[in-house]
Amino acid sequence: MTNVLYDLPGPKARLRNRILGVVTVLGIVALVAFIIMRFNETGQFDSIKWQQFEYQAIQNQLLDGYLTTLRAAGAAAVLALVFGAVLAVGRLSDHAAFRAPATLFVELFRAIPLLILIFFAYYGPIQLGYQVGPFWPLVIGLTLYNGAVLAEIFRAGILAVAKGQSEAAYALGMRKTQVMWSILLPQAVRAMLPAIVSQVVVLLKDTALGFIIQLPELLYVGKQIGGRLPFGLPYVPSYLVVAAIYITTCGLLSWFAFWLQKRLVGGKRQKTTAKPVPLTADTGAAGGTLV
Amino acid sequence: MRITRIAAFAAVATLSLGLAACGKEGTPTPETPAGQSGAPAAQGDACTSSGTSFTPATGVDIAGSPTFAKIKTAGKVVIGVKFDQPNLGYKDASGKRCGFDIEIAQLIASKLGIDPAKIEYKEVASANRETAIKGGEVDYYVGTYSITDKRKADVSFAGPYFIAAQDLLVRKDDTSITGSDSLKGKKVCSATGSTPIQRVRDQKLTEDSNIVEFKTYSECVSQLIDKKVDAVTTDDAILKGYAAQNPSLLKVVGKPFTDPTTGKPYPEKYGIGLPHDDKALRDFVNAALEKAESDGTWQKIYDGTLGKSGSAGTAPALEKY
Amino acid sequence: MNEFLHVLTDNWDIIGSHFLTTIELFLIAAVGSLVLGTLLTAMRVSPVPALRGFGTSYVLLLRNCPLTLVFALLVFAVPKLDVSIDYFPGACIALIAYTSAFVCEALRSGINTVPVGQAEAARALGMNFTQVLSNVVLPQAFRTVVPPMISVFNAMLKNTTIAAGFSVAEAGAIQAYLSERSENQIYVLLWIAIGFLILVVPLVTLQRMLERRWRVAR
Repeated sequence: MTNVLYDLPGPKARLRNRILGVVTVLGIVALVAFIIMRFNETGQFDSIKWQQFEYQAIQNQLLDGYLTTLRAAGAAAVLALVFGAVLAVGRLSDHAAFRAPATLFVELFRAIPLLILIFFAYYGPIQLGYQVGPFWPLVIGLTLYNGAVLAEIFRAGILAVAKGQSEAAYALGMRKTQVMWSILLPQAVRAMLPAIVSQVVVLLKDTALGFIIQLPELLYVGKQIGGRLPFGLPYVPSYLVVAAIYITTCGLLSWFAFWLQKRLVGGKRQKTTAKPVPLTADTGAAGGTLV
Repeated sequence: MRITRIAAFAAVATLSLGLAACGKEGTPTPETPAGQSGAPAAQGDACTSSGTSFTPATGVDIAGSPTFAKIKTAGKVVIGVKFDQPNLGYKDASGKRCGFDIEIAQLIASKLGIDPAKIEYKEVASANRETAIKGGEVDYYVGTYSITDKRKADVSFAGPYFIAAQDLLVRKDDTSITGSDSLKGKKVCSATGSTPIQRVRDQKLTEDSNIVEFKTYSECVSQLIDKKVDAVTTDDAILKGYAAQNPSLLKVVGKPFTDPTTGKPYPEKYGIGLPHDDKALRDFVNAALEKAESDGTWQKIYDGTLGKSGSAGTAPALEKY
Repeated sequence: MNEFLHVLTDNWDIIGSHFLTTIELFLIAAVGSLVLGTLLTAMRVSPVPALRGFGTSYVLLLRNCPLTLVFALLVFAVPKLDVSIDYFPGACIALIAYTSAFVCEALRSGINTVPVGQAEAARALGMNFTQVLSNVVLPQAFRTVVPPMISVFNAMLKNTTIAAGFSVAEAGAIQAYLSERSENQIYVLLWIAIGFLILVVPLVTLQRMLERRWRVAR
């Protein structure tokens, strides 16, 4: 089991690794015990701090917040994917009239923080006299920012598709648009799927910024629950619960991406090195194949 | 492998459903901590109103008010409020709203002919108040909204319906902070960018590195209790509400910040934020406030909400324009 | 136009000092997360199962947790442990903890692209750990690592705005301050956007420069 950094362990290294393993486990156990003890001392496990969670009203508020988060993330994800694809194709266009604005958009929206984009989407329409709630500014901000990032991911994917594919397509007489949308983009998406889904996970986490414009999403509800002085200002229990929900959801998304990639692409990409030839007599039998 | 994964999913789903079914009905009511001898009992979380009834007026018509026309066609009114200021604008754990500002808002709504049950409340943070009123996101705003000349460029005000002063909230056992002059070397907390903290900064009442800012006052109070800051500063009406919820841990210093030029406390005049150009509505609301102040409604609302924080209050004179 | 410029000049005390804090936060967090990220990568590929488990769970937890929550837990949970951290160091720690998870992933993917045979050949030639790393593995890994690493730091520069919600007077807090001073919101936001555009330019230039130097013909 060699890898790039570490060689196969010899006897001295094995002993060292074992000691290191024991020390690490002891260290982690000590840290977790310390945290639990100290939380206990400062009363984080007092029942009053967790009391709010037993009630349906609070549970419903959390659920509503969670659904708002999912709705915002879903809307923004779909829009960002479309926006990103359009921008990527625009950046690779042969006509400067499309290429220049597309490049400008991508660089601009990648540079401006998401928080500021959300503020623009919130205060801008109001300055012009239109009424907007907090939901669409969050979605628009997320779309612009993640669309720009996804555009770069799509572009990298399109450029990574084997040149032969596009050459064959052109040889068959397909036009640029057909080549892009029928041949290149589907393969690019398949190759970049992990990066795309990890960006969607980032998008889901960034919905937490909605609390700044008072969108009642999950973190905002968590803050409200934590801010009740009569219950002992249970910020820590509230944040722990909210963190658990986020980590589970994002974890499930990432796992789904991993599963999707395995089904579509079939595991790791083809290795560029030759597989080692087995030293036994039966080469070519059920086992090693010569690549 | 697939079977175990499906089984895991099913287990998680049923577990979460089971937990959801375990929810108790009704309002969580915290056990009030045993009061120390002599200290007032802590006020709980559950919302109680002042008992004033708000019957919607009939046949209301305000000529020349676009906001009123909008309210009438919609059949409901959207009011901007705060949610984390006990006895002023508070939302308890079951979602009920109560407090002085909330009831003033309900009073105005009933005078406009809207049933208080038909009010749609929107929680708007301090920094976004002008934007919400200008953009029409709320019809009017009642939430410790101080009247200032600069703000009058964007919105208009009816009132004031209460005058507060800037004060300090400290830990009960802290005797070193007695007023705005004893803040040197102490950490002071307030809402990000708010007027009280800008005043502290401009007058150099404490070192720049000791100024702490959070988005909400509850976070400041949490840091105060954890001994990470030494004082929370904002309007005394807000601070008294927090002290009333936990009198064994918190107290208000009781010495308002005074303007060195006049010797009087800086007045924080709470007004009802209205759209800038709607003079008809402004006059109507001012008339409604005047009536409430003269016929005892104002006092009844005050005694049943802010008065519970432990200080008497009198209705201020309105500033009409 | 005049009013637009006045927003900057009248409020330069706030805008300038806050952006300076952003730059400080970014530089400290960049160095810290590089160090911690490298450490995490070493743990994740190490032959010790306990270290591998710790590294993997750390990255799993922090990659799936919103940065706002990491900040909130640091500012509100850590005092409950009777450990006292000031707000600016706390913000640095939160940023470092969060970004190092992403740095670790970028480094790991870079190291995975180096064929194992390279390292084995180097070891067969008698090079020790440091020599293998500096002469053979890292130069090859860098080429793949640079683009994702720059984008991680790009994202971190923008994530510093979250510190504004936790009592760090940096660029994200400018909007709240200037709204209290009743300045035109759109102008304020435009100046903040321009500020960040200026800050991002060095990063993007660095990325272009490194990509051009280490471009691999395929």
